[in-house]
Amino acid sequence: MSASVGIAETGPEQPKEFAFTAANLKKAKAIIAKYPDGRQQSAVMPLLDLAQRQSGNWLPRVAMDYVADMLAMPRIKAYEVATFYSMYNLKPVGKHFVQVCTTTPCWLVGSAGIIDACKKQLGIGLGETTPDGEFTLIEVECLGACVNAPMAQINDDYYEDLTPENTVALLQALADGKPVKTGSQTGRRGSQAKSGPTSLHAQAKAAGVEG
Amino acid sequence: MLSDSDRIFTNLYGWEPFGLAAARKRGDWDGTAAIIAKGRDWIIEEMKQSGMRGRGGAGFPTGMKWSFMPKDSGKPHYLVVNADEGEPGTCKDRDMMRYDPHKLLEGCLYACFAMGSHACYIYIRGEFKEEARNLQTAIDECYDAGLLGKNAAGSGWDLDIYIHLGMGAYICGEETALIESLEGKKGQPRNKPPFPAMAGLYSCPTTVNNVETIAAVPTILRRGASWFSGIGRPKNVGTKVFCISGHVNQPCNVEEEMGIPLKELIEKHAGGVRGGWDNLLAVIPGGSSTPMIPRDVCDTVLMDFDALKDARSGLGTAAVIVMDKSTDLIKAIARLSKFYMHESCGQCTPCREGTGWMWRVMERLARGNARVDEIDMLIDVSKEIEGHTICAHGDAAAWPIQGLVRHFRPMIEQRIADYNGHRMAAE
Repeated sequence: MSASVGIAETGPEQPKEFAFTAANLKKAKAIIAKYPDGRQQSAVMPLLDLAQRQSGNWLPRVAMDYVADMLAMPRIKAYEVATFYSMYNLKPVGKHFVQVCTTTPCWLVGSAGIIDACKKQLGIGLGETTPDGEFTLIEVECLGACVNAPMAQINDDYYEDLTPENTVALLQALADGKPVKTGSQTGRRGSQAKSGPTSLHAQAKAAGVEG
Repeated sequence: MLSDSDRIFTNLYGWEPFGLAAARKRGDWDGTAAIIAKGRDWIIEEMKQSGMRGRGGAGFPTGMKWSFMPKDSGKPHYLVVNADEGEPGTCKDRDMMRYDPHKLLEGCLYACFAMGSHACYIYIRGEFKEEARNLQTAIDECYDAGLLGKNAAGSGWDLDIYIHLGMGAYICGEETALIESLEGKKGQPRNKPPFPAMAGLYSCPTTVNNVETIAAVPTILRRGASWFSGIGRPKNVGTKVFCISGHVNQPCNVEEEMGIPLKELIEKHAGGVRGGWDNLLAVIPGGSSTPMIPRDVCDTVLMDFDALKDARSGLGTAAVIVMDKSTDLIKAIARLSKFYMHESCGQCTPCREGTGWMWRVMERLARGNARVDEIDMLIDVSKEIEGHTICAHGDAAAWPIQGLVRHFRPMIEQRIADYNGHRMAAE
């Protein structure tokens, strides 16, 4: 359950109105069409996600109202969804939303050092945003990439096999607007052992990953 | 050790493209219409004979689960694939979806046909963007090639498959919470009965299966139930994708034979325990919910449902979390307690209140700032939570703590003695 700010809260950042752009309206209709007639409430999660993307990676109150009205569901039901799921940001976050996993499999292999590296590089603490609005740093629960731990998610992408050093390099590249490599930061392929395959040898040979 | 020729997931590491052309070369979508022509009863019977037990953690026999679906309910039937992979330690379904998605889609067609379903939803955790993207690409390829939609794969059966993304809630991996979430609500588990086979998604007959379970179906139907049931031990058969994380030299995912000895799994595939086998302290064998087992059990235990149950743990999702002697086990479990507190849906009092209470006690035990009798109190409370909630989240929060105390109580007592000794010395 996400420990979020109350949604009735009106901050200075809360916009007065919200409506989908024409392109997003088209996407919304395609999403609603995935579900049977009369079951359009099923689309509330993807539509809130779409609204969040349109709003710059956070979900204003008026956007929840808009989505609820579009789906003909009580607004309170949309608020329930928005406050239950941890991926809805109820207040603005930085352009790069850095989410470091610290659950036990990541913790065992050094997630605390990744958090420290992020704090030092960005000059902020957990839950904080840099003054220029570029980075927000939080810790999150298991993101399901445990074999490539420690890892972090930044916006839509996973960054895996992190070390304090490659984390700093990654954050610096993002700050400089340089292209970054997603996935493993040590060049490992998926979740195979970094020393090389221990199975599927014929496939490995055919693919040229094993001599 | 499983032979390469018996492995189902031949593109587990993404060496080849995930798309349809490469998937066909791997054998996917081969003779699909002919398999469907054998009829739904044949498919269900074959799944029963194969001995497949659900790969999502509970290990319920898949063929039997499918047979619970009514034949003609007069309502739509649904297959929902549980791809809300979130059990700490577990990262297998993601590789099947991003590297081998056609196995899952072809499996959906057989499962849907066998259960009378024309619509299937695949519920993927929202963070899995690459996985969802590749799977959607594969779905689009299938529609273009006539493998989905009307008369899917020339079978005469109509099937539509849709992806639904979660938005961050571990509890949605519980099947009835997942259904609630799919209906556009908070993911709070439902009371059972009614079971989903009677009243699931939109109150219609529904079966929820894990990604790995469904993705294995095409190979089982092609190679035959006896091939699958011939691997492993009785009642614990087939192949299984293991995820080995933590203090090993080469963390990896690998498909192995059910019942492989834990030691062999770690040494052959994960490069051994960091610092050698003698440096092993304990292993969480099946994802965070399963109680840890100490080194002496690890020496001989087999990795299957019944062997790990006999060791008072479980196979769960087969996510092996290895902890060497440098590990502060109390902190490791306290961190899991925090996870369960964070992920409690808040519906049942014992879980909502108890997970936070247990976490706070675990944090004190990690520092040693506690009385020895509080260990007993913690176990008592964990047993008041276990079995007293709508879903198994309460149990899952209790078991790791019980496992720790069962095997390492002297370590906790020592921590308390050290803390109090220091305090008295300071006074």
